[in-house]
Amino acid sequence: MSKLKYTQPDEMGFYGEFGGAYIPELLRPNIEELQANFDLLATDEEFQAEFKNLLADYVGRPTPLYLSKKMTAEFGCPIYLKREDLNHTGAHKINNAIGQILLARKMGKTEIVAETGAGQHGVATATVCALMNMKCIVYMGEKDIERQAPNVQRMKFLGAEVVPATSGSKTLKDATNEAIRHWINNPTAYYLIGSVVGPHPYPEMVTSFQAIISKEIKMQLKEKTGIEIPTKVIACVGGGSNAAGAFFEFYEHEEVELIAVEASGLGNETGHSAATSVLGRPGVLHGSLTLLMQDEYGQVTEPYSISAGLDYPGIGPLHAHTIEIGRTKSISVTDQEALTAAKKLTIEEGIIPALESAHALASLYKIEFKSNDVVVINLSGRGDKDMKTYTNVGF
Amino acid sequence: MNPFKKDKKQISIFITAGYPNLESTTEQILSLQANGIDFIEVGIPFSDPMADGPVIQETSSVALANGMQMDLLFNQLGSIKDQVKIPLVLMGYLNPVIQFGLDKFLSKCKEMAIASVILPDMSLELYERFYKTQFEKYQIPVSFLITPLTNNERIQKIAKISENSFVYLVSVTSITGGKININSNVVNRYDEVKSLCGETPVMIGFGISNASDVKNAQKHADGAIIGSAYLKAVSKGDSVQFIGEICN
Repeated sequence: MSKLKYTQPDEMGFYGEFGGAYIPELLRPNIEELQANFDLLATDEEFQAEFKNLLADYVGRPTPLYLSKKMTAEFGCPIYLKREDLNHTGAHKINNAIGQILLARKMGKTEIVAETGAGQHGVATATVCALMNMKCIVYMGEKDIERQAPNVQRMKFLGAEVVPATSGSKTLKDATNEAIRHWINNPTAYYLIGSVVGPHPYPEMVTSFQAIISKEIKMQLKEKTGIEIPTKVIACVGGGSNAAGAFFEFYEHEEVELIAVEASGLGNETGHSAATSVLGRPGVLHGSLTLLMQDEYGQVTEPYSISAGLDYPGIGPLHAHTIEIGRTKSISVTDQEALTAAKKLTIEEGIIPALESAHALASLYKIEFKSNDVVVINLSGRGDKDMKTYTNVGF
Repeated sequence: MNPFKKDKKQISIFITAGYPNLESTTEQILSLQANGIDFIEVGIPFSDPMADGPVIQETSSVALANGMQMDLLFNQLGSIKDQVKIPLVLMGYLNPVIQFGLDKFLSKCKEMAIASVILPDMSLELYERFYKTQFEKYQIPVSFLITPLTNNERIQKIAKISENSFVYLVSVTSITGGKININSNVVNRYDEVKSLCGETPVMIGFGISNASDVKNAQKHADGAIIGSAYLKAVSKGDSVQFIGEICN
């Protein structure tokens, strides 16, 4: 098979200048074991069949591709919502969790450690651990535990141990540090990372498990319109797993515009933003070289977004690379713009989106559309977990 | 000549630059030297030290809050350069070094006569692909961590690269500040590592917390490195007593 231009890293895990495995020697056996087992998956028919079956019968895939008539009328071109919010557990995160738990089981693992921001990945991980009867430890920033309380309750009810990360900004970045430290101390555990970040091969692996999103988009568009390729695909990006999945099949179709929507919090000039591609520069965090929000001395700065899932100072190396070379376009959306978009979708369509996904919706007002555009927005998750925030802002 | 090669077993202390106070870096180096410590690892604080336990996380964050950064550290080292007779090692995560500029960093290391540099998240493979040329250009020796699980071929390769410094053998696979458990299996592996490293000195670190750990480690290597336990003593104001116990 010829090498894919964008989505296939080199043998050391680099997408262009970004990626790699910047890990201490202590993690080397863990990463080598993971790499060796991941390499076998592509040709492992039993694995592929079980992955497919669980996505269908357990997760509820394929998720619908819904044509919003109101949005179509408003923007003058067909606007489709890819309904990842309808997955079991309420977001795209379960796709990756299923893939990795099957891999963990193949590797003979019985203890799973994970990090979580909004709690969606934590819930997905706790869910698959319950399914596979494995021990589950989820690290979550203290600040996120507070603002995403319903997901904390779900994880605990599912039998997971939720450990607060109390260092630094007390958000996803710090939860990731703690999960990595746990993995160093417990090399027999399986680290089930939730986004397309971390040392190689995680970005490539998580992308491969999320690619189902764009595979379905192609098939569903073909059924509905006769043409499988949209003109624009829009997804929010924190670490970037839902975007990597939604874009995957379209990277090589240069005519498809890929739009990554980042959270700019109170605004990119305010010092309270999480828009990594605007504010970051190349740096090393969590095992990979990527775009990173940092001060002049290389200390990682604390990002800010109302959305816990986008509140991360880095971005997956695949996104860093494709944004830097211009293949992916990035757009920033503020807290307020996201909240307004969330309310609008709720009122007009009867769909309460996750705060993360609301950022993707808000970007519609920052894009010019032509009547021959065909637009797909990845609605990555539902907003049940955000009701406290939505209620507090007075909706 | 390799400054880490000595006729006697060695003791090294890891300090966090800028902890507990911004000016503590120089005071501690001179005091540790006066107390007979063989070489010092000067930790460059980083906001996200993923291989470190709670003690070094805390000292790093205090040091950063105190205003420690690379330029300042080199200025401090410059101010005591003539008084320092023992080898100094700089140890830290890669990102602050990259942002400072690797060329500038290595040129400063040269100027300060830094004996070795350890960047735990710069793997051997990354070193060879991206950074080796610059390290060699400035003739700055590099040390790598290895663990009891590192394979023999890799140990030999690392020992060769570090022939002018030392190999840092991590006692057990855990983050810093853990508890060491030197059992017979591990000890046999330490001896194998020592023999695989040939002429390159081997220092054991991570989890070395008292005089007995030091003696145990020294039996199977050229020296022992203490980090978290020393920093914990500093935080309690007991560092003088602690060093006294270790060195006796």
